Amino acid sequence: MIDNLIQLAYLLAAVLFIFSLKWLSHPTTARRGVAAGVAAMALAVGGTLLHHEIVSYEWIAAAFVVGTIVGVPLSWVPLTAVPQRTALSHAFGGLAVGLVGTAKYTLWLGEDGQLTTFRMAAISAEVILGFLTFTGSLMAAGKLQEVLPTRPIVYKGQNLVNLALLAIAVFSAVYLVYDPTRWQLFPVIVVLALLFGILLIIPIGGADMPTVISLLNSYAGLAAVAMGFVLENRLLITAGALDGSSGFILSVIMCRAMNRSFTNVLFGAFGQVQTAAAAAEQKTYKAATLEDAKQILETASLVVIVPGYGMAVSQAQHRVRELADILSRQGTDVRFAIHPVAGRMPGHMNVLLAEADVPYDKLVEMDDINPDMPQCDVCLVIGANDVVNPAARHDKSSPIYGMPIIDADKAKACLAIKRTMNPGFAGIDNELYYADRTLMVFGDAKGVIGGIVSAFKGGGGH
Amino acid sequence: MSQLEIWSMLSVFVLSTFIGFEVVRGVSRLLHTPLMSLTNAISAIAVVGSIIIAGEQKSTLATVLGTVAVAASMTNIVSGFLITDRMLKMFKKPGSGAS
Repeated sequence: MIDNLIQLAYLLAAVLFIFSLKWLSHPTTARRGVAAGVAAMALAVGGTLLHHEIVSYEWIAAAFVVGTIVGVPLSWVPLTAVPQRTALSHAFGGLAVGLVGTAKYTLWLGEDGQLTTFRMAAISAEVILGFLTFTGSLMAAGKLQEVLPTRPIVYKGQNLVNLALLAIAVFSAVYLVYDPTRWQLFPVIVVLALLFGILLIIPIGGADMPTVISLLNSYAGLAAVAMGFVLENRLLITAGALDGSSGFILSVIMCRAMNRSFTNVLFGAFGQVQTAAAAAEQKTYKAATLEDAKQILETASLVVIVPGYGMAVSQAQHRVRELADILSRQGTDVRFAIHPVAGRMPGHMNVLLAEADVPYDKLVEMDDINPDMPQCDVCLVIGANDVVNPAARHDKSSPIYGMPIIDADKAKACLAIKRTMNPGFAGIDNELYYADRTLMVFGDAKGVIGGIVSAFKGGGGH
Repeated sequence: MSQLEIWSMLSVFVLSTFIGFEVVRGVSRLLHTPLMSLTNAISAIAVVGSIIIAGEQKSTLATVLGTVAVAASMTNIVSGFLITDRMLKMFKKPGSGAS
């Protein structure tokens, strides 16, 4: 009886998880999706607590309390820090899965006939995926929080070393499947998986983080699937597969938006091309003052704002919205052009602008805004770089050649806000800045936009 | 565990993956960040396995590992759902915003 009840709870939870994701299809139903997810999780946890194998609840209760104490503050982080919070939670997910796999192995090792070929293979997959997601995500979180160097760290033979490590881990796992009593191999697999996670992320730079976070999201899901196979729990398999496929789709979208392949992101760091690009000849650009910028914006009837990571770094989104309000009030059509890889995780710019109260119908995807760019009077580029570099369209020697971009250069005029003339993160010179129609405004995004706003308010007091 | 059991689990995996692809493909691009934090919370379903390991108390090592796993999963459940909801609240309907 109670077993049927538990299975029913699991089945309902699986259905609710699917609805939870389905309701995210539109902002108006999205919050219902969260409610469905919470209900599903409550059913799953409630059902599990009824299991007759559980003899003591003290440890579980203590862990619930600790998890809640850590989890609640983690949900208060500023939205600019959401990428590192996400990476950190992938790390927690990977850790949980890896630890359960380890516990299961030690328990079954002591009982005869428990470690079947299938179980041992599933445990190996669980432990490798879990622990590599753990350290890989910690590294990603460290890079995003900038406690670790964000530049790609590359050395000769790096890919060879990484692949060799993974090969040894997989080989040990295969041997363990063949003979599960060789327990000495188990710690070897764990250590190699931990090490592989670190080494995998070391050569990856900040600009590739959206893809890497998505990929780690997928790994965390697949790790949960492997755990489902170990514990013969179909709810784990379903929920893990939903997470795995979601992460996979996001990674594909991110890769397409950079015109790169998975292998290229993981094994071909951007680092090497820096010196080649720096050798470009001296070119001239035009600088504008805040007052110039204000005058150009004042006469525009269509303004397209292209936000990038620079806007997030300087927390300029509220000032940007103020500027958009001022322009809208004088009858200007203001839209935001969102490139899929702008920021440090998928959808990052949308969340930041939503926080600043920009209505979501003003946030336009790259493919929808590009046909309108020739009619755009002023394209305001705020802390975005590679995603507006026209070299991606025509310069075959550029490392970003082939990447789809927002056609900022096709606008009648372009205002680019940038701290200095130094090339951006990927170290690639942006020819948009040297174009005839482009005016550069130097300074921190928040300061510059704030300055333009007060120029509007003060009637040119700057 | 029978062969049939293994095949049935594989079916669940393959079919769930297809459902996942279809459903996630429909998710608005506006909401990709909340999508990721929501799936974070969903994959913390690992809590189910962790609870049993921590609660069945078969060995001290397993109980400790299980307890840490429950705490880690619980962190993801709590922070994942809360931050997703916090972000979704910010998406204002057209016309209701200031601009």
